[in-house]
Amino acid sequence: MATAERYVGGGVLRKEDPKLLTGEATFVESITPPGTLYVSLVRSPYASASLRSVDVAAAREAPGVVAAFSGGDLADEWASGLPMAWPVTEDMNHPDHWPLAQDYVSFAGDGVAVVVATSRAAAKDAAELVEVEYEERPSLTAIESALADGAPLVHEALGTNECYTWALANGDVDATFEGADVVTRQRYVHPRLVPNAMEPRAVVVQPVASAGDFTMWSTTQVPHVARVTLALTLGIPESQLRVIAPDVGGGFGSKLNVYAEEALCLALARRLGRPIKWVAERSEDYVATIHGRDLIQEIELAATTEGTILGYRVRLLANMGAYLQLVTPGVPLLGAFVYCGSYGGQAYSIECTGVFTNTTPTDAYRGAGRPEATYAIERAIDRLGREVGLDPIEIRRRNFLPAGENVPSPGGLVYDSTNYDGALQRALDILDHDAVRAEQASRRELGDARQIGVGFSSYMEMCGLAPSQVLASLNYGAGGWEAATVRLLPTGKVEVVTGSSPHGQGHVTSWSQITAAALGVPIEDVTVLHGDTAIAPLGMDTYGSRSLSVGGVALHLACGRVIDKAKRIAAHMLEVAPDDLEFEGGVFSVKGVPDRTKLIQETAFAAWTAHSLPDGDEPGLEASYVYDPPNFTFPFGTHICVVEVDTETGAVDIVRYIAVDDCGQVINPQIVDGQVHGGIAQGIAAALFEEALYDETGTLQTSSMINYLVPSAAELPSFELDRTVTPSTTNPMGVKGIGEAGTIAAAPAVINAVVDALWHLGVRDVGMPASPERVWRAIQEAKPGGSG
Amino acid sequence: MIPTAFDYEVATSLDHALALLGGGGEEARLIAGGHSLLPLMKLRLARPTALVDIGRLDELRHVREKGDLIAIGALTRHHDLERSELLGEACPALARAASQIGDPQVRYRGTIGGSIAHGDPASDLPAVLLALDAEFVTRSEEGERTIPAADFFLRPFVSALEPHEILTEIRVPRLREASGSTYLKFSRRAQDWAIVGVAAVVDCADGVIEKAAIGLTNMGPTPVRATKTEAALVGIDTADESAISAAAGHATAESDPPFDTYATAEYRTALAEVLVHRAVRAALG
Amino acid sequence: MRDIGVIVNGVRHEARVEPRTLLVYFLREHLGLTGTNIGCDTSSCGTCTVLMDGESVKACTVLAVQADDRELTTIEGLPVTGWHPMQQAFHEHHGLQCGFCTPGMILAAVSYVKENPDASEDDIRLALEGNLCRCTGYHNIVKAVAAAAAVMKAGAARSSATA
Repeated sequence: MATAERYVGGGVLRKEDPKLLTGEATFVESITPPGTLYVSLVRSPYASASLRSVDVAAAREAPGVVAAFSGGDLADEWASGLPMAWPVTEDMNHPDHWPLAQDYVSFAGDGVAVVVATSRAAAKDAAELVEVEYEERPSLTAIESALADGAPLVHEALGTNECYTWALANGDVDATFEGADVVTRQRYVHPRLVPNAMEPRAVVVQPVASAGDFTMWSTTQVPHVARVTLALTLGIPESQLRVIAPDVGGGFGSKLNVYAEEALCLALARRLGRPIKWVAERSEDYVATIHGRDLIQEIELAATTEGTILGYRVRLLANMGAYLQLVTPGVPLLGAFVYCGSYGGQAYSIECTGVFTNTTPTDAYRGAGRPEATYAIERAIDRLGREVGLDPIEIRRRNFLPAGENVPSPGGLVYDSTNYDGALQRALDILDHDAVRAEQASRRELGDARQIGVGFSSYMEMCGLAPSQVLASLNYGAGGWEAATVRLLPTGKVEVVTGSSPHGQGHVTSWSQITAAALGVPIEDVTVLHGDTAIAPLGMDTYGSRSLSVGGVALHLACGRVIDKAKRIAAHMLEVAPDDLEFEGGVFSVKGVPDRTKLIQETAFAAWTAHSLPDGDEPGLEASYVYDPPNFTFPFGTHICVVEVDTETGAVDIVRYIAVDDCGQVINPQIVDGQVHGGIAQGIAAALFEEALYDETGTLQTSSMINYLVPSAAELPSFELDRTVTPSTTNPMGVKGIGEAGTIAAAPAVINAVVDALWHLGVRDVGMPASPERVWRAIQEAKPGGSG
Repeated sequence: MIPTAFDYEVATSLDHALALLGGGGEEARLIAGGHSLLPLMKLRLARPTALVDIGRLDELRHVREKGDLIAIGALTRHHDLERSELLGEACPALARAASQIGDPQVRYRGTIGGSIAHGDPASDLPAVLLALDAEFVTRSEEGERTIPAADFFLRPFVSALEPHEILTEIRVPRLREASGSTYLKFSRRAQDWAIVGVAAVVDCADGVIEKAAIGLTNMGPTPVRATKTEAALVGIDTADESAISAAAGHATAESDPPFDTYATAEYRTALAEVLVHRAVRAALG
Repeated sequence: MRDIGVIVNGVRHEARVEPRTLLVYFLREHLGLTGTNIGCDTSSCGTCTVLMDGESVKACTVLAVQADDRELTTIEGLPVTGWHPMQQAFHEHHGLQCGFCTPGMILAAVSYVKENPDASEDDIRLALEGNLCRCTGYHNIVKAVAAAAAVMKAGAARSSATA
């Protein structure tokens, strides 16, 4: 089998695994330079309060304590506030955001003081001695209360709780709705979610005081973004800050951020000249790490009586939380172009208002904007189907955009490649739809306490973030490119340097596969370096299902450049013209003279000795590519969920979950399936289990894994997966992205199934999470004489 | 995640434990498996100044027959209850409830005595022990006493145990041959506390319920004995679903369920009625 | 301070610890066995699971002093050299992504399978109720544990046949 086929699309086990399976991995908490001091933060228990005084004197006297500071004590450390990279409108309101609060706190968990001590226990003990005098102020946590007349202001200096209003329109929306036979109008609420990467956040900073250099190890998805932005916040020359993301225990967007604790540890290391370490306890992570979703949607579909959708009108209210973190304002925009999903139409409008509340800031959580959009359209199209008398399959088929390439969509994007009915049909083949419907009919007839429902989600998403020019048009503060370097060492081994920083996605394996396939070298000979700004100075990091379709493509193109140079060297060695050579499986051979060959490894050695190189070629065999994609990529698929609902208790049991995804060309099927599994689990978790709840004082009630319900294996089913392959036209590899697809697709499939199970009982909607109580209430309210 | 500092002593005998507890000051606490106390200490919600570790007192670790009773040492772990052949045969509801506590790691460490002494109304074993008419044997420096389960649980996290008293043994009557029993737990996740739990012990003869005992978990400030339901069940034909359902309906009147992030009181009430019916049905076999 | 002696991965260690030292910090910070990770502070996630006398326990909910005289196994010593069938199966079935929950997941699974060699996939799911993973959706973890259980059973049968 040719090398390329052996490595791409084949079953290659992960190279990352051995150290993770044996306890040899290096997570940030395991890094403790000699002389490390530990940091403990004092956090506000109040959602909104003025800081009358912060007294750290007693803490400073406690055993083991080296220093203690209030926000005011550290005010001089900051050249600017914490970074926010996405001012979505010119007039967006953006409150000051300091690593420690200075005059007032605006959510429960806002840091007010730090204690630095020689042990973790001493720091924690002393933090209890910090005396803070708060003057509590009225607070609010819910989106709608933020815009009410007379609402307390989260930031008085802004004079409003509105952060921004952003709008987009294509086509004549009003006329389309006025002329439509049918208008379906739905309102959906997305609960606030806590990402809960299994590794809590942690930071270690080691200064070289004499040189003014700093090395920071952080549990981050974005070491490169952190380096640029923290250099600005601290006023440290970027060249003197090295950021390392070692093994990182999951992210899901929660580590796609630059946090107060990173800035604090840098400032403390600068001030004290000692290594500084902070490790979040989980309950601290619950309030101090970004949350996700928390959005209210109104979606309207204008359609013909035959069920053909003509137009989309969407209004969003999005909870920003108390401050704007790295991309907080932009998260709804990441979904704003795809509320039409996989479907056609002539008119499209969306308006989004972001509001401040006294809550932990929200930001990107797996899917970021697209799970919300997909939920709205996949729920609403089911409802439209009910109204015009079409089942979920037929209403989708009637509205799918045609299969093809470069397909324009109502939202204004051009989808790279589409075959929506292909994925739906494959999923139906697995389901045996008739049998499930027969079982459903039989249980309805018997009045069984346990009713069956089937839910569909024929999702599409946009990923591969992102063309830099498109980001510019959205006012985003950075580019969307990615960098790769391929270096052949003198012995013929290969080093790959990627700017994409993984935290569980298997980049090392997939990048090795791409490289081994392109260069024709054994996969064992490829080493992938990442996550360290000193080793990989150029990078835009990992989020938005971008790694393969931007970073992987950069690598593929860099390999091409290396091969070009190696070919010149091989030709020089063989004394032929480069055009006379073929390259296959790592071997350059003279066309028509197959025994005259040079291995690519031989060209690497020749490039290193540099004893005789082609004119104009420098020594060394290395090439880089910085790839800026011309378009997003648009994965798609159909997920089908079959649920059994206990109508007496409201308990929902997922009986079957089928997922057919199309992410274009597949490099490693096992890794792709794993991403889908994990994505679906988080989608199901949102649909059935997870919800961050605040009480009326602004205290997070679901503040631990005891009552914020991350599901375990016992709550989830096995999944039935298949895929179709429709290559992307965006990039030469034909790849799309799969990191978020499962999460984007799953929640509407589950809730559509729950509603389907209960439709005959009069239930028309069930909110997320569809907890037993929420389902039970929906059933009670639908009963004749019920309150609904 | 780091408890406040405390003194620590290991008890080598029950008498030694009593002496250490007596000399440990007001904030001295017993620790066995530690699965009720340590989670609170890690969050600094409990701040004992001294711990007396009774975890090595093997004299308190047993499941054995004692006449018509089954005697369970207070240090018997949930895992041991779950796997005990004697309990499986003589007291299946207790073994079944133990198997649904927490997760395997918790069940390897947590003990029946700790679970009872902690007095959490959401904990599974107390409702079962209530329905089984269990007795709790305690020791203090004044001697031994026996407390019926019905008199033991006073308020949330408060029991009839005196500060310097140690729960040593739990005694439950062997299930009669005519009896069936079960424990049904309803929770959001397998590892969670019960939203509602129902223990049912039902005797029947000739297709008629002769006697019923129903214990409810997390339906009040303490585990609840649903006596009106029990009374209503007596004399019912075991095939009469609507009569069982009507009897289950009494459970709502004799409970005072809490409201938390898992469920409202109203839902717990409705759920208890469904689960009592299902538990009785399951106990009838 | 208290003096304790524990056997960890076959080696006896004597140490003087503060009574409040949690076993997980003792392993990580006194013995340098950083393979045991910490995922929560409420005994919910199972990330810090180790074996104590062969049984799975959450090392965040055991005091180091409670482990005095006990025998502990961490991921580093599951076997000290080579791989346990459970590690091999997690690798082959892609039962890990970020790998943070993996040591605890593997040790919980080893403890369970030893006691329940014939477990079904549903049994395995329930047995892992105390170990949270955010990456894999558990699908491949369950497959891996089932596969390892078969290998462990065959291995046990072989060793009893030769005994």
